Amino acid sequence: MRRSGQDQTNPAARPVLNRILDSDLTHSFLRSKVTVAAATGTLLFFLAALLAPLIAPHDPFDLAGLSIMDARIPPVWMEYGEPRFLLGTDDQGRDLLSGILYGLRISLIVGACSVFAAAAIGIFLGLIAGYAGGKTDALIMRIADVQLTFPAILIALLVDGAVRGIFGNLDREVFSFWILIFSLALSFWVQYARTVRSSTLVEKNKEYVQAARVTGIPSIIIMVRHILPNVLGPVLVIATINLALAIVTEATLSFLGVGMPSTQPSLGTLISIGNDFLYSGEWWIAIFPGIALALLVLNVNLLGDWLRDALNPKLR
Amino acid sequence: MLGFALRRLVQALIVMLAVALIAFSMFRFVGDPVNQMVGLETSIESREALRESLGLNDPLPVQFARFIGNAVQFDFGTSYQFRQPVADLFAKRIPATLELSFTSALFALIAGIPMGIYAGLNRESWLSKLFLSVSLIGISLPTFFIGILLIFLFSVTLQWLPSFGRGDVVEIGSWWTTGFLTVSGLKALILPSITLGLYQMTLIMRLIRAEMLEVIRTDYIKFARARGLSNRVIYLRHALKNTLIPVITITGLQLGSIIAFATITETVFQWPGMGLLFLQAVQNVDIPVMAAYLILTAFLFVSINFIVDILYFLIDPRLRVKQA
Repeated sequence: MRRSGQDQTNPAARPVLNRILDSDLTHSFLRSKVTVAAATGTLLFFLAALLAPLIAPHDPFDLAGLSIMDARIPPVWMEYGEPRFLLGTDDQGRDLLSGILYGLRISLIVGACSVFAAAAIGIFLGLIAGYAGGKTDALIMRIADVQLTFPAILIALLVDGAVRGIFGNLDREVFSFWILIFSLALSFWVQYARTVRSSTLVEKNKEYVQAARVTGIPSIIIMVRHILPNVLGPVLVIATINLALAIVTEATLSFLGVGMPSTQPSLGTLISIGNDFLYSGEWWIAIFPGIALALLVLNVNLLGDWLRDALNPKLR
Repeated sequence: MLGFALRRLVQALIVMLAVALIAFSMFRFVGDPVNQMVGLETSIESREALRESLGLNDPLPVQFARFIGNAVQFDFGTSYQFRQPVADLFAKRIPATLELSFTSALFALIAGIPMGIYAGLNRESWLSKLFLSVSLIGISLPTFFIGILLIFLFSVTLQWLPSFGRGDVVEIGSWWTTGFLTVSGLKALILPSITLGLYQMTLIMRLIRAEMLEVIRTDYIKFARARGLSNRVIYLRHALKNTLIPVITITGLQLGSIIAFATITETVFQWPGMGLLFLQAVQNVDIPVMAAYLILTAFLFVSINFIVDILYFLIDPRLRVKQA
């Protein structure tokens, strides 16, 4: 957020930190209590995911530490609950709290990687479409239009099925992760491409691009070094909002049984496992991971909404 | 008007062709169709004979043309996992999905519109704030988790409503089955419809609220007030009418999403519809069923978009003026 003239005339005079603290963005952030809470919540979730191996009371992947005798123990405050397992255990005797912490880690990694991959595809195609124009532009944008008529979840399901069809019986434990990221990236690239294309169309007629072109710099370098940095702003907003969407979509795919396998459970896989025990009264196996997922998505959504409004000059 | 409709029609046809091409490539290049249809002990000669009889040795454009010709006649080949014609499988399941989607859309409209009007007119009341907070939570909860929560509350704990299936269905005509006519069928519809419609309901509510806030500030509403019309007439006759234009668009477009998200809801509630069939196809890499589902949903989406565009044109006079 650039401020008015006086800052720009003498930018070096003020320390960077002060300028950040005094920016419109910081003010708008601190004014909204909900946003501060959402940011804190998101940060806590990220920290919990990052530090899962350190703070989790048990290691859910350590098969030697599991005992079938510990299976389906209710949370500690219920009858038959044990203090060893704060939120109870699942059907294989894994501690649910540790499972959620590690699941959070997997959900966030898949979410972040797929957002990154989708943004990369979208930025690449958007830049080319906007800069080249003509038939290339028309082709890329028609593909984008066709894809936009379908919800992302359908595309992710189709891609997932097709990839597994092409590669036959791949080792699911190894490849589920990559297939997931690939299908999620293919489902979400359109928004980035459209945004980047429209800002590229504006940028490419500005003087600095024309100057670069006159001096004979190759198109590819103009695109990457000159235009790209100027079109990245809106991409950041879309990425934040899409992170929540990607996490939900990943959880949904895992819940439907085409996402992460039960040996590397994401939050969606945990809910899917727990769903089988809902009817026999072991509600905690599905409900606690679900609450964690919902809180995570709610926090990221709130943060994304604020970022969108704060960076949108129309709403000021 | 005619030119507008024609242009839209051509665009829709191009989209359908593109989707058909994707479906065809999936069918043709993902795995080998012949290997999927025969057993392990089939000889190479009979494999070749089958390949020839399926026309898989013809040039690709010819194959694509035949694929489209068949698809237009609802012939999508044979399912790899069920060994039955794909069209029959879908025909049996379409009623279930359509009834579920229709009920969800109805629920979303009936609950969403009054809540939106109330929240738009009484901005500061605690009930409006409650509506908004609930809608925020509704947007953040994944569909499948809403389903699980509802099952846990109403089926497992309270035991009021069934948690899976369609209940008793009645046959109408040769192939349509309906759950609307039996008590157990209606009871079975409640939880899946709420699960599927909740997101759309929050969307409609937020939309109507935002539109209401905007419309009641306009001059013609002020004028209506100056004429001494009652609040009831102003809000329901004059204001609501103008908020409905975007609602029609969004509802129409969301109808497509409802059918797509039915896949998730149908899985949670074991609802015997198209979505459940599609999901089984994805899990078992049953390409003909996947390709058919892709084409069918694309057809639904494109038709809905087309109808919404035309409706929009009919409802909003400004568009007509611009065209003329």
